[in-house]
Amino acid sequence: MSRVFGDKKTILILLLPTLSIYVLLKVIPVAWSLGLSFFQGNTLRGFEFVGLDNFREFAGDSAALNSVWVSVSFAVIVTVAQVTFGYLLALLYVFVLRKGSAFVRTAVFFPMVLPTVAVALLFKSLIAVGENQGPVNDAINAFGGESIEFLASTAGTMTIAVIMTLWSSMGFYAVLLYTGLLDIPEEVVESARMDGATGPRLVGYIIIPLSLPILLSSIIFSLNATLKVFDSLLALNNGGPGTTTAPLTLYMYRTAFEYAEYGYGSTIALALTLLCLVFTLVVFRPSSKRVED
Amino acid sequence: MTTAPSTAPVQLPTPRPQARPARRAARRIVRRLPVWLLVTVLLVVMLYPQFWMIMGSFKTQTEFFANPTWALPEQFNLDNYIDAFTRGNVGINYRNSMLVTLPSVALIVLAGLAAGYALEIMIWKGRRQVLLFVMGGIMVPGQMILVPLFTVYFKIGITDSLLPMILTYTAMGIPLTTFLMAAYFRAIPREIFEAATVDGCGPLRSFFVIAMPLMKNSMLTIALIQFFSVFNDLLIALTFTTRPELATIQVGLLSLSDQYGSTQYGALFAAISINIIVLLIVFVFLNKKIMAGLAAGSVKG
Repeated sequence: MSRVFGDKKTILILLLPTLSIYVLLKVIPVAWSLGLSFFQGNTLRGFEFVGLDNFREFAGDSAALNSVWVSVSFAVIVTVAQVTFGYLLALLYVFVLRKGSAFVRTAVFFPMVLPTVAVALLFKSLIAVGENQGPVNDAINAFGGESIEFLASTAGTMTIAVIMTLWSSMGFYAVLLYTGLLDIPEEVVESARMDGATGPRLVGYIIIPLSLPILLSSIIFSLNATLKVFDSLLALNNGGPGTTTAPLTLYMYRTAFEYAEYGYGSTIALALTLLCLVFTLVVFRPSSKRVED
Repeated sequence: MTTAPSTAPVQLPTPRPQARPARRAARRIVRRLPVWLLVTVLLVVMLYPQFWMIMGSFKTQTEFFANPTWALPEQFNLDNYIDAFTRGNVGINYRNSMLVTLPSVALIVLAGLAAGYALEIMIWKGRRQVLLFVMGGIMVPGQMILVPLFTVYFKIGITDSLLPMILTYTAMGIPLTTFLMAAYFRAIPREIFEAATVDGCGPLRSFFVIAMPLMKNSMLTIALIQFFSVFNDLLIALTFTTRPELATIQVGLLSLSDQYGSTQYGALFAAISINIIVLLIVFVFLNKKIMAGLAAGSVKG
């Protein structure tokens, strides 16, 4: 039997196409990019070996450090917010709406499939349509507040970006966590109820511990996605005002393709990759241990 | 409903026996009221922006200036949609998105399926290491490969086509797909493939006649995950859009907003609305599959 499933020809036919695409278009470019981060210049101008200069430049580049800060704060805030809201929604679906939750679930999920640029432009229009203010400020005025120019400030832009991301993806996290909650055996919840656990105590002592694995994988998934945020911040306010809301991804794109600094761009890309790696390891280490316990 | 919680929101005086059912119903309604309020607010927050956008797409330029932005359109004119298709190139953008997304997804799914089979069903030394090697690519962001790929695509002269996008998306999608396919194959009892061998079916043939039909659902799930991640990508599309005729929907929307965003709102509103409407129609038919598929993909990932 093992001889049949060890057939070299079959393995080659099935694995070789995938492996060659992967190596040619992913592994080699990653290695190439790693090498480029020690050079300066681009294909037209030629490359010059500069050793660790790019890394030194990165450490002293205020725009780069600011973009690291934008990426990290965006990822942390959005992850905390969307996993929390997603979990609350999931609890609402499972314990309050029960069988009647299908419509709400679907309606809240839908924006997830919309193109991110469309969502960003929608929110941009909600703030202002050209010179006219949008419904958001109309609503603020109706409650007696002053109109706010959200996109004129860094904090305002980030607030809108967080709300927008939450709006489009909390329904997804809700469905993800909802499927996790459905896996909790009915009897466990029932017997906890009979022992007198209700409301917050039932959630805190029974539901959250039992759904911890899926909660953690949501957090990892969310961090990985939000650290790579690019389209929403670009489309919302072009990384502005100035470059104050440009995440690392956008800073890399601009450095490499708008200013044609391939070498320094590769250094920024490496920083981004390391950032993703560190975040995943930080969440994964303690979590994998806890799940095994 | 005999175990009503002790925190009933209303306290009613001295019960009269015949009023009991009505009163219980009333209490039930009052108790459910906060929930309905919450759900209503939630639905308004989720749906109103989309409704507002679609309503805005019927407005004329003068209406945008003269009326408050929350006002409904005075009539349903389709000029903005005509504008979006003629000057905004929305049709071409959609065509490009499909021409890029469909081949990429097909390639990703087939490549991942074959690799998953070779790594999970076939038995050979080093397959664990190869799987780990491929999985290592899951976390690498697109930025890390774009500069070398751009250089190479330029050298071999394919930058003036959609090919760079298809190739790059395929490479980006393979790691996660291979990992998921291997996980799905692990869930299939090996005996099925062993029985086929006993009946004289070689491993390559059982890939086509047994594995493929068995994995139909998993293939659909992964196809959906990959479809949305390719369809909604901006970074790779923006990098390889060397002229406007190659723009996908995301890139097209962005340049439409740059060109007309501050002057011709109608066309932009229409272009965004087209996306909402098209995806809503797709979603109405496929929502269960899409929701389950996307959720399954991220749990495993």
